Amino acid sequence: MAELRPMAPAAELLPLEIGDAKAEEINPGHLTSLTAIGDGMGKALEKAHGMAWPAPNRAAGKEGARCLWFGLREVLLIGPAPNKTLGRHGAVVDQSDAWCAVTLEGAAAEDVLARLVPVDLRVAHFKRGHTVRSQVYHMNASITRVGQEKFMILVFRSMATTLVHDLKQAMAAVASRG
Amino acid sequence: MRIDCPICGERERREFYYRGEAVALDRPAPDAGEEAWEHYLHLRENPAGERRELWHHDGGCGAWLVVTRHTTTHVIAEVELARDMKGGAA
Amino acid sequence: MRVAGKGLIDRDRRISFRFDGRSYSGFKGDTVASALLANGVTLMGRSFKYHRPRGVLTAGSEEPNALITTGRGAGQEPNVRATMQEIWEGLETRSQNAWPTLDFDLMAVNDLAAPFLGAGFYYKTFMWPKAFWEAIYEPVIRKAAGLGALSGESNADNYERAYAFCDLLVIGAGPAGLMAALTAARGGADVILADEDSLMGGRLNAESGAVGHQPGAIWAAETVAELAGMDNVRLMPRTTVTGAYDGGMFGALERVNQHTARRGGGAPLETFWRIAAKRSVLAAGAIERPIAFQNNDRPGVMTAGAVRAYLNRWGVSPGRKVAVFGNNDDAHRTARDLAAAGVHVAGLIDSRPDAEVEGAEFPVFKGAQVCNAAGRKELEAVTLRTATGEEAIQADCLAVSGGWNPTVNLTCHLSGRPTWREDIQAFVPTEGAVPGMDVAGACNGAFSTHACFEAGIVAGRAALSALGRKSVDVKMPKAEDAPYRVQALWAVAGKGRAWLDFQNDVSVKDIKQAAVENFKSVEHMKRYTTQGMATDQGKNSNVAALAILADATGRGIPETGTTTFRPPYTSVAIAAMGAGAQGAGFAPQRFTTSHKQSVEMGAPMIEAGLWYRPSYFPRAGESTWRQSCDREVGHVRQAVGVCDVSTLGKIDIQGPDAAKLLDFAYTNMFSTLKVGRVRYGLMLREDGTVMDDGTTARLREQHFVMTTTTAAAGNVMRHLEFVTQSLHPEWQVAFTSVTEQWAQFAVAGPKSRDLLNEILGKPIDSEGWPFMACGEVEVAGVPGRLFRISFSGEHAYEVAVPARYGASLFKLLEERARAMGGGAYGMEALNVLRIEKGFITHAEIEGRATAFDVGMGRMISAKKDCIGKTMAARPGLVEETRPQLVGLKAVEHMKVITAGGHLYEVGAEAKNGNALGHVSSVCFSPDVGGYIGLGFVRNGPARHGDVIRLVDGLRGLETEVEICHPVFLDPEGGRVRG
Repeated sequence: MAELRPMAPAAELLPLEIGDAKAEEINPGHLTSLTAIGDGMGKALEKAHGMAWPAPNRAAGKEGARCLWFGLREVLLIGPAPNKTLGRHGAVVDQSDAWCAVTLEGAAAEDVLARLVPVDLRVAHFKRGHTVRSQVYHMNASITRVGQEKFMILVFRSMATTLVHDLKQAMAAVASRG
Repeated sequence: MRIDCPICGERERREFYYRGEAVALDRPAPDAGEEAWEHYLHLRENPAGERRELWHHDGGCGAWLVVTRHTTTHVIAEVELARDMKGGAA
Repeated sequence: MRVAGKGLIDRDRRISFRFDGRSYSGFKGDTVASALLANGVTLMGRSFKYHRPRGVLTAGSEEPNALITTGRGAGQEPNVRATMQEIWEGLETRSQNAWPTLDFDLMAVNDLAAPFLGAGFYYKTFMWPKAFWEAIYEPVIRKAAGLGALSGESNADNYERAYAFCDLLVIGAGPAGLMAALTAARGGADVILADEDSLMGGRLNAESGAVGHQPGAIWAAETVAELAGMDNVRLMPRTTVTGAYDGGMFGALERVNQHTARRGGGAPLETFWRIAAKRSVLAAGAIERPIAFQNNDRPGVMTAGAVRAYLNRWGVSPGRKVAVFGNNDDAHRTARDLAAAGVHVAGLIDSRPDAEVEGAEFPVFKGAQVCNAAGRKELEAVTLRTATGEEAIQADCLAVSGGWNPTVNLTCHLSGRPTWREDIQAFVPTEGAVPGMDVAGACNGAFSTHACFEAGIVAGRAALSALGRKSVDVKMPKAEDAPYRVQALWAVAGKGRAWLDFQNDVSVKDIKQAAVENFKSVEHMKRYTTQGMATDQGKNSNVAALAILADATGRGIPETGTTTFRPPYTSVAIAAMGAGAQGAGFAPQRFTTSHKQSVEMGAPMIEAGLWYRPSYFPRAGESTWRQSCDREVGHVRQAVGVCDVSTLGKIDIQGPDAAKLLDFAYTNMFSTLKVGRVRYGLMLREDGTVMDDGTTARLREQHFVMTTTTAAAGNVMRHLEFVTQSLHPEWQVAFTSVTEQWAQFAVAGPKSRDLLNEILGKPIDSEGWPFMACGEVEVAGVPGRLFRISFSGEHAYEVAVPARYGASLFKLLEERARAMGGGAYGMEALNVLRIEKGFITHAEIEGRATAFDVGMGRMISAKKDCIGKTMAARPGLVEETRPQLVGLKAVEHMKVITAGGHLYEVGAEAKNGNALGHVSSVCFSPDVGGYIGLGFVRNGPARHGDVIRLVDGLRGLETEVEICHPVFLDPEGGRVRG
């Protein structure tokens, strides 16, 4: 029997380090979109995964088990496989292969994202545990601060090449300012 | 231009998709007659002043918004979620 | 020449640069203009129309004359203001608009023909004969017109875009801007201070006055240093705020590396900033206006403020014998500063008879006017007109001040109109013109340093208050508070040409001519004379021009009004505005998981929306795409073909009302679909035209997966969001795009099941997996989904696995297919396969076609309402005479037919009104053995067998085609069920 080999979206494109910024692809584990229908999903999430249903623009949990606010009525569970009980309260959709997950880290990370994202991501306004649905240049994206100088960026898997292209340009331009 | 999305907060115009006057919310009944449907689909007031419009926060939370915008000054008086408007007159 | 002991330049750092091939030397801190003046070069350019010799007029971004080209080849940049371009080691610059040289310009012959070239010359002259316009006039005029030129090469420089956010944006870092920024910053506000100059401080760097106990420039430097040390302040020097936009957005252009030799390696030449500011303070200062008199454009005639700037900031005297001419007290400073620096002041000429001049060490002429200037390439003398007559004064530089115009531009960008202030004879911003913006200092008509400081503090506090922050005490440094007394003087009476708009060569006479010819509206005058339409937008000439128009038409200035200022404030390269969008940055590229292998197999890729899909997979011995395509069609018809269909939109729909949503969005019923089955659906727009089509699978009772076409995936998603959020928020349904989650491949052909049975966990058969079945399967050890659907008319499946396995599965499928006598197929073959079966794509449902038109009128269920149902029933949309879907066959064997061609009756003239319809898709069909197509023909379904004429005007093709049923192959559908 033939076996299928898995391949990460940016496997041949990252890591990339320019100046004070480093972009790396990460394997975040399961990505599960949860869309609530009715009221029970929040409680079920808390019970099963120990995280409250995040408010808009907020993320819960930490590395290994996170939950990002992901849109109207929707959150993204990152890390663990979704508990079966969640399915009773809405849509539980596997998105583990749908997104390219990249971290951007370093003293220049904020400046790099200021070239690409039309939202104020400076630490005073966008702290650890904050997340946004916005755009990375032309691409719809999810951006979360996961550290003092570290962001997690999600874009569609098919756009991994463009993400790396755009990051690379911005990183080089920021680095050139010294 | 910036739109204060009730879910995401204030965001730049590029994150939004524009649809047109909020008339589209008031879909007539199938038997409402030609005039009602003609009005629903084709006739617009196009005022030089405030008007309620539909915008989609495509590059953000995905919410459809009803934005009350002044067409000559672009001043936005109000932004509401379309889902809260059900049956409301446009 | 340089004046010892003056200036803010670094005299220890010598820099050499080139101008028109000659090497010059300057100091760190010099602009091209200051360095050339220091080297005694006064002739810097030729005017646009008459090629008159011109020198530098100003010391800022308003400069109309001293435009140069920097760099060479691809890096060449035209129309750079010499007053803004800092020098760097190796900088190469050239003058413009002169041939063969700046010094000896043959085009200056235009100047002699000036009496014929006045306002409206082109409109009046090049009217006839009509045929001459394109052949002769336009090429000649174009050749003569224009200032600097582009290289014609692709721009090699890197540009950057960026966002910035702040509580307060302060525009301009002169005394008012610095004070506003300092006040707001000390109050804790998040401040951006932007200034177009390389050195912040504004006029404080150009004037000799003290602030407190130290020179103004030192105070400015210390204040900038204090601001730079604050965490809540961002300083943006060399950054011009070019536009004010809605909602507190500003555009700003930063000249990141224009002052360095640094090019390439990712370093941006310029950055275009989009700044979102909760509040803003405009402290953009004021621009001095010249006075028009005969030959007032001679090199050496400059604004008085510019002369002080060159002296005080750059330690350069623009002349050895300098005369000063003004209508206000401010001009007096120029004479005093020059005299104090040891420069010979040939005279101070003040047009006001009652002017007060104290302790002058130079000749003073009150109530006098300069009425002419002598010298051609450099000023030699000026002629004074006094009460007693005319006299000449020898001077190689004349400093002129006609008063100051507040820089109101940004307050007009949101349709605001400025207000005329009689006391200062100038326009000031109208309050509230830009929401959230306060205006402070000289740009609001407060000209003394003291008044600027005061206005800055007030504006800073206003911002703090508006931001909900506490006010702070800011100590007001002591500074001059001299009154600004001005008496209007726009143009000195007299013969000859007196210039207003130096860059477009507009004279006082031209404005008067416009008034005579009834172009009395300021907007008409502007366009008739081209006043203010050059790259400087008339920054130092518009007000004088409209004052002269007001006078000529017997109206006041306020009634005459101003033209509108629009963004950008100064020129912005298209490359900067579109930064990032060159090459691969133009749009995201979406690659499927099979992309890499497809490219390795030699497949040319075509764009489908943002996606890249393979056209065909060439094999050894194939030299044309048709050979590959025909072979791939054969694989599917005779063996098995594999095609990546992951680009189709896939939407996961769940919830108690999922079926209800589908019934409403699609014309046909989905609530009746059985679990484990797939159905084709047609989606309409509310106006009755077809929006999209695709299949939807029911995986569980309340769980569907809808597919959309590749092109419409985003639209359909947005449409469903609209329906559920806006029309039926009460429905309990959730949907999620899963396009990216699944890699999906069509496996099509008589051997498709055999192939799948080699890799599926459990073999499938006809009974378990009939046509339109779907379900979960194990694919080579991985959980996947299988759909028995077909877009080729063959026995076919689509198999989906999580995308991480996509590349691997494609490789496996392709190998197995090849071993069975098939292979991968691309878009070309896919297109042939579907045309042979009469399946529609967006070539058919192109936004005009209705369900009726594509032969699916009966798919609109009578049992329920759906989007588009009511309007689709309009009589005009279901008339038999509408063009309807048909098949088309070339009548002559192997004759080519083309998509886009129009259809006519044989013998009818191919003209508008006669068309029966058009051809939407064509292909060469290996099965039919000739060209076939799909198209729309009036009453087409009733005309099968008729021969009509195809005319493709674009490709010059004309041929006869036979109307037929759109399904060319296997009309009974036996194969698909096989």
